[in-house]
Amino acid sequence: MSDNTSTATTNDSSRTSAITESVIRIAGDSQDGIQAIGGFLARLAGRSEQEVMTFMTIPSTISGGPSIFQVRIGSGEVLSAGDEADVLLCFYDHSYANHISSLKRGGIVLYDSDHVTPKEDMLSVYRHVGVAISSLTVEAIGGTGRDKGKNIYALGLIARMFDLNVPKLTKLIEERFGGKDPSIVTNALNCFNGGYGHQIQGLIESFRFEHAEKTGAPQVVMSGNEALAYGIIAAGVRFGAGYPITPWSEIMELLRRELPKYGGMFVQTEDEIAAISMAIGGSYAGRVSVTGSSGPGISLKTEALGWASMAEMPVVVIDVQRGGPSTGMPTNQEQSDLNIACFGGHGDSPRVVLAPSSVEDCFYTAIEAVNIARKFSTPVIILSDQAIATRIEAFPCPDLQNICQDISPDFTPVADHKPYDLTATDGVTRHIAPGTRVASGKYPVATGLEHDELGHPTGSGKLHTQMNAKRRNKLRKLASELPVPKIYGATEGHVLLVGWGSSKGPIEEAVKLGRSQGEAVSGLHIKYINPLPNGLENLFNGFTHVVVCEINDEGLYGHGQLASLLRSRYCDPRIKSVTKTDGLPWKVKDILTRALALTK
Amino acid sequence: MSTIAIPNETLPRTGIAATLPAPAPLADADRKPLTKKETAADHPTWCPGCGDFSVLALYYKLIEKRKMLHENICTVAGIGCSSRFPYFVQAHGAHFIHGRALAFASGVSLSRPDLHVFVFGGDGDAFSIGGNHFTHTARKNIKLTYVVMDNFVYGLTKKQTSPTSPIGFKSKTDVGGSTDRPVNPMKQAISAGATFVGRATATNLPHLLKLMEAAMDHDGFSFIECLSECIEFFPGAFDAAVPRKGGTFTEIPSEHDVTDEYAAYKLCDAPWPGVFGTFYKVDRATKNANEAKLITDSRAKLAGVPDWQILQRNFDRMK
Ligand SMILES: Cc1ncc(C[n+]2csc(CCOP(=O)(O)OP(=O)(O)O)c2C)c(N)n1
Ligand code: SF4
Ligand SMILES: [Mg+2]
Repeated sequence: MSDNTSTATTNDSSRTSAITESVIRIAGDSQDGIQAIGGFLARLAGRSEQEVMTFMTIPSTISGGPSIFQVRIGSGEVLSAGDEADVLLCFYDHSYANHISSLKRGGIVLYDSDHVTPKEDMLSVYRHVGVAISSLTVEAIGGTGRDKGKNIYALGLIARMFDLNVPKLTKLIEERFGGKDPSIVTNALNCFNGGYGHQIQGLIESFRFEHAEKTGAPQVVMSGNEALAYGIIAAGVRFGAGYPITPWSEIMELLRRELPKYGGMFVQTEDEIAAISMAIGGSYAGRVSVTGSSGPGISLKTEALGWASMAEMPVVVIDVQRGGPSTGMPTNQEQSDLNIACFGGHGDSPRVVLAPSSVEDCFYTAIEAVNIARKFSTPVIILSDQAIATRIEAFPCPDLQNICQDISPDFTPVADHKPYDLTATDGVTRHIAPGTRVASGKYPVATGLEHDELGHPTGSGKLHTQMNAKRRNKLRKLASELPVPKIYGATEGHVLLVGWGSSKGPIEEAVKLGRSQGEAVSGLHIKYINPLPNGLENLFNGFTHVVVCEINDEGLYGHGQLASLLRSRYCDPRIKSVTKTDGLPWKVKDILTRALALTK
Repeated sequence: MSTIAIPNETLPRTGIAATLPAPAPLADADRKPLTKKETAADHPTWCPGCGDFSVLALYYKLIEKRKMLHENICTVAGIGCSSRFPYFVQAHGAHFIHGRALAFASGVSLSRPDLHVFVFGGDGDAFSIGGNHFTHTARKNIKLTYVVMDNFVYGLTKKQTSPTSPIGFKSKTDVGGSTDRPVNPMKQAISAGATFVGRATATNLPHLLKLMEAAMDHDGFSFIECLSECIEFFPGAFDAAVPRKGGTFTEIPSEHDVTDEYAAYKLCDAPWPGVFGTFYKVDRATKNANEAKLITDSRAKLAGVPDWQILQRNFDRMK
């Protein structure tokens, strides 16, 4: 909890501290509904105009296995899920053992005394508060003998501890469990009230979030996967195909469920190759389509992606990165698909790569990806990752009426058509969909063979050179239209921390932390990975060192994937690399310490 | 607050000759059937005498006979000699990647009920690298017509064993003769759930045309295996089915019940060169129809609601 707490004495003689933010980690097993508690807290924060960010790990096994959910709620700007927890709620001995070290010194560990035996040597380090959560839950429900619902009981305890808005929480519980068997809502509310009403022994204070002064649009609360899927719908995409794989599956499940409402469809295919092929077929039929995957599924898509590059067919491919190679670490975070996204596949096959930085950004990036795919007739890859996919954030509700797009195909007859016209303005050609009449009677074939301007196969080296240039130059044109990112912090200094994708928040926090310690650090977030926007070198010039922080391996030559790309583009020896592959999001302190150590 | 740097725009058409006048709208009824001259595009690159020429000629004929319009035909193929097909037809076409033509074509068919989607390809493309897609496109009963020009060999890559090569076939990858049991395309198609399964040769033209017409009229996944000789790498492969070369072309007897799956299987085991005609044909809801129903049902309560409001309802629930 932030340091500027003030204490006030309330009537019931317990103390209430005003806090600006707090990090709560909940550790248990996945079947305990750990995510549900986190979800309620995140949603409540969203409804209270507070900033919220969550982080969770779920085991990849079907049921059971340790799981955590961490929520950081703040009245100010929240950039990361937090390095250390203020409160740890743990259900089992293993949760206690594995997560006690994530707690801040002096932090509160709230444990289920039915299952957890605190360690003697920890008692002086952390404030221990034991509640017989399991048995009290059974009691609250009325003795069915099962402790299902202890997550909601624990939510009640937390609500009391943080003086949370009970009417709002009750409403959320009703919304979540309503519609089913009415006894389910009743049980949930009994659990919640039981927890809320419990007199916690040994806890002498409660906390209250300072009122957040946020104005503007009401907030929506969702995960990165949801934001990407809804962004795709808002962009006007109405056809897609995919094959299940964690953590991408959620996106395809949502699209499968939602698209029919918009007159669209999403097909579950036999494999990822079929998925991208079908999506490209959908694009060819007239409207940009979507596919996606994670890990091994992305590898399978590369041949068809090359076809889209060669045939200049738009398509959007979502890559929710996870630990690789091979099956790797399916439920862990990693940023190791940058290379395959930018370069995967044989031959020179230019494509666009975008990496959203937050849940909110996922929504807008999806729309932008569709627009780029259409405008430049090119495949576009969105690089999300496991952390952003599963994280829940609150952000201002987008102005959907103005944002939602119509990208219906144009079937107006044309006089004549050269699908790969080398003289087209900006070098960009767009194919005409079947259904379009061509008066000259000459119809185009979209092709993966090298071709002339009409799409006829050719073995001409001259044409291959010209067409390679055409496919590459249109992305140079795009680069010139891309916004140059802004430096976070001062534009000159000792170290510029560069990141991409979901590392934006932790890097900006590292900048804040560094500055508070007197270090001349700034941050730069790169969202457009391929092509890179023009002018980054001017930003680098203000710094002695440029340190790229990414969650991938340093590789044979000591540089992570983005660092290697930037070094090859700028030939700038100031570009250095900090990498890690422990499967977890960045800790703010680690970024700073390692960057500073590297640039001593 | 995130922004969208590249906004949605009305994108100009490209590659359109400014000199030619845009065509006047024309009622379909006023349009004459397309002649071969109008449907033929690039001159085929096939070896003279290749069986694939006949299939192409009949495709032109089919288009003419059935008064199809250029713009509503979509010809899709994978990779192989036979898969060069789309270049030779004046119609919207796509020459996709090896083995994946069906997946691509499914994307077209599912999103565009107004088009006739035809897929052409070879035996390697269909049953080897594309085997998985063959199975699942058939199972899903996606509406399109698939003609496999089966030459029992890899033509484009110059004589390697194909999944339909007979045991003992000497190829560059089986110099002593192939030993792997060949695929029986008819059985494969029926067991996978294809709803129209037929067999023809590129040498009996009237029969092939009749079958292609029936396939085209079928509401579902229609599949034709057309024996088409590779004059270069497996000459004489199908002589046994060509009467003028001393063979016999046996049509499926008219009393065969095309809806009887077991009877169809039996036909698949007829001794070489087998029988020709429609093995199996049943009506089963297509994926196209099932998805259309899903859309109708999902939209039942949403009539007149603009898309953004449908999305807004979801977002309101996440507030
Ligand atoms: C992924 C991939 N693997 C291999 C090839 C090489 N290749 C092209 S066509 C072909 C086989 C063609 O045989 P078939 O499908 O029977 O067509 P045919 O040439 O006999 O008409 C092969 C192996 C390729 N183009 N792509
Ligand atoms: S190699 Fe065989 S299949 Fe290919 S064009 Fe020549 S004859 Fe036809
Ligand atoms: Mg072949």
